[in-house]
Amino acid sequence: MDPVILSRAQFAITVGFHFIFPPITIGLAWLLVIVEALGWKRNDQAFVRIGKFFSRILALTFAVGVATGVVMEFQFGTNWAEYSKFVGDIFGAPLAAEGVFAFFLESTFLGLYLFGRNRVSKGVHWFSALMVAVGSTISAFWILVASSWMQTPAGFRIQGGRAELTDFWAAVFNPSTLPRFFHTVDAALIAGAFVMAGVSAYLVLRNKEAEIAKRAMNLALAFGLIVSLLEVFPFGHIHGRQVAVTQPEKFAALQGLYTTQKGAPLVFFAYPTLPPPQLHAPVEIPGLLSWLAFGDLTAPVKGINEFPQDEIPPLWPTFVSYHNMVLLGIYFIAIMLYGFVQLRRNKLWESRRLLKMFVWSMPLPLIACQLGWITTEVGRQPWIVYHIMKTSDAISKTVGAGEILFSVILFSVIYLLLGSLYVYLFILEMKHGPGPAFDTAISHETKEVLS
Amino acid sequence: MDLNTIWFLLVGVLLIGYAILDGFDLGVGVLHLFSSGEDRRRVNINAIGPVWDGNEVWLLTGGGALFAAFPVVYATVFSAFYLALMLLLFALILRAVSFEFRGKIESAAWKSACDWAFGIGSLLPAILFGVAFGNILRGIPIDGTGAFTGSFLGLLNPYSITVGVLTLVLFIMHGAIFMTMKTIGEHRAWILKWVIPSWIAFVALYLLATLATFFEAGFLFQDILKNPLFWVLILLLFGSVLYIPVAIKGEKFFRAFAASSLLIASVVGLAAVSLFPRLAPSSIDLAYSLTIYNACSTPGTLGAMLIIALIGMPLVIGYTIFIYGVFRGKVELSKESY
Repeated sequence: MDPVILSRAQFAITVGFHFIFPPITIGLAWLLVIVEALGWKRNDQAFVRIGKFFSRILALTFAVGVATGVVMEFQFGTNWAEYSKFVGDIFGAPLAAEGVFAFFLESTFLGLYLFGRNRVSKGVHWFSALMVAVGSTISAFWILVASSWMQTPAGFRIQGGRAELTDFWAAVFNPSTLPRFFHTVDAALIAGAFVMAGVSAYLVLRNKEAEIAKRAMNLALAFGLIVSLLEVFPFGHIHGRQVAVTQPEKFAALQGLYTTQKGAPLVFFAYPTLPPPQLHAPVEIPGLLSWLAFGDLTAPVKGINEFPQDEIPPLWPTFVSYHNMVLLGIYFIAIMLYGFVQLRRNKLWESRRLLKMFVWSMPLPLIACQLGWITTEVGRQPWIVYHIMKTSDAISKTVGAGEILFSVILFSVIYLLLGSLYVYLFILEMKHGPGPAFDTAISHETKEVLS
Repeated sequence: MDLNTIWFLLVGVLLIGYAILDGFDLGVGVLHLFSSGEDRRRVNINAIGPVWDGNEVWLLTGGGALFAAFPVVYATVFSAFYLALMLLLFALILRAVSFEFRGKIESAAWKSACDWAFGIGSLLPAILFGVAFGNILRGIPIDGTGAFTGSFLGLLNPYSITVGVLTLVLFIMHGAIFMTMKTIGEHRAWILKWVIPSWIAFVALYLLATLATFFEAGFLFQDILKNPLFWVLILLLFGSVLYIPVAIKGEKFFRAFAASSLLIASVVGLAAVSLFPRLAPSSIDLAYSLTIYNACSTPGTLGAMLIIALIGMPLVIGYTIFIYGVFRGKVELSKESY
């Protein structure tokens, strides 16, 4: 088998699986910062218990995220040695910065947050939750710096057969870093809100600690509505405009614009086929794409036909994943808004169907994250670094296809197992609920055995 | 001192930090395989529960720093050690999830499975790190173009396996000493039985490995006697290794742990001093070796990274010490423990 395809498959499997967990971690961590603050400042026992309960889900998620994240730090060297040599002067720095500024912070304070509730003051304990949230967000920043540099490289020159850093800040704040950062972190906040809303809805449905669950639901709905709105406007819009300017062929591929047009339409729905690339049964609004991308209803937007055929991304997966992501984004606003309105009208708790929808909606933001990630990474192909290096030139020359196949199978098996276990344990935690209000710190028997 | 040397030092410090901190986690994991009884097992897990995750970050950051400062070494060595690293990752994944998952299901079979995962997930890395290190020390087949020409089986040579076992017994001793600070009564008496035998095994294997190094990689000893740093590290090594049994006998467990940490630092430090300025010696021709000068990033990157390290690492060390302070003392099991 082709080692390029195998290494790409391995990267897709390992990153794709890993990327299920950090969004939940980041989103839940920020929600827990709010929850713990309410519990601490208002001395509100309901929120103290909500904090304890959701911190267990955070711990579970974080563990799988850490376990699968380690792979990423090694994989550039093991599977993408030519890439690592070519861009190491630029690409290694954000990874190291992520370690120094983020991984230490989130991991160290997570230990304190989970185990230190009775060992430090309430203020320090809240601070540890804050540091977990800040750390995981900084982590997102640096890894997105690295990822964005591959999309819109800046602050470098090509010399001696490699890319050399010329301007650190230009590389860090390359044209797509901030649009991608806000769009991705807000997606993580949505994921966290849906987890909190879904778990709370489940507890209300089961009438298990329902009074506490309702308070968590209130928070998740208000929070979720705000972040779902922000995701589309301004963050999604800004990111889209940036892609239109910096990577026109990717923009054309994900919008399904196969020929250059003035007053290009925004396609809401269509079925794309190949070849030649065309859209069937499109539902579209003329001129809207031109307006969204360039603020002018008649602005010309470049189509796929303008670019060399060997330098365009695969059209079908980019179009389909992008459009489904957008569809999900709209669904998030709709259900959060409806849930919030029903809550204000005091009708939410009786509406079992809506509560069930919240339960089943929990995985959807994660699917949206995956779709967004597929859009951005597949949309960059055939380049690994946009217009600088092709993916096919980037792999490790000394690693054989057999070895990669072995590790692909290894990771697939472990991740399948891990994923199933995670879902199972998540459901177990959810069924267990927040537990009784009081629990003794040390059970009598253990004390005796230990002494 | 040039930037390249500073980064050699910094990567070394990160790896030493990792070896000291995750070293005891791995040691505890190996001891866990031999621990009986649910309470002792839970004490093991809870002893490292709050800190292992931060400890593992030293490895991640070390990897990131190697990538940033010496990308050619990162790329060449990591792809050369492909299968070994995949096994390492597999083991680290097992270990990470085993603690978190263990207490969640009330079933003896499940707990036993997680105990095995924790143990194997600690045993494999403890050996693999040593095997990798041994291969670096004796040199790997890197040709004139900087490409690795060896194979996975070539990495499993007697010398490197000896270094692998050496690392394993060092981490077992280190983990056992760490556990003496975390336990009381019979559990501690049991742990203490591990310290001196693993200490003896370490001393014997270290002497054997040093002797073997003369024959396998004589170049490592070139001019080393003239290097004052070498003598400082030798003194530290002797001092710490001899002090460990004394401290254990006097029940000064924290001091024994400090000595054991110092021992790890001097063992890694000595290897680094003898490698310098090479990072990956070539076994084909020493002239093909990857060094801190032919495998490095540009001065601009090294400088920017140094600023990041100077801002970040003092903070890291500060709050790490704070957290260890919070969790010092014996393990107490509660409902919220693992």
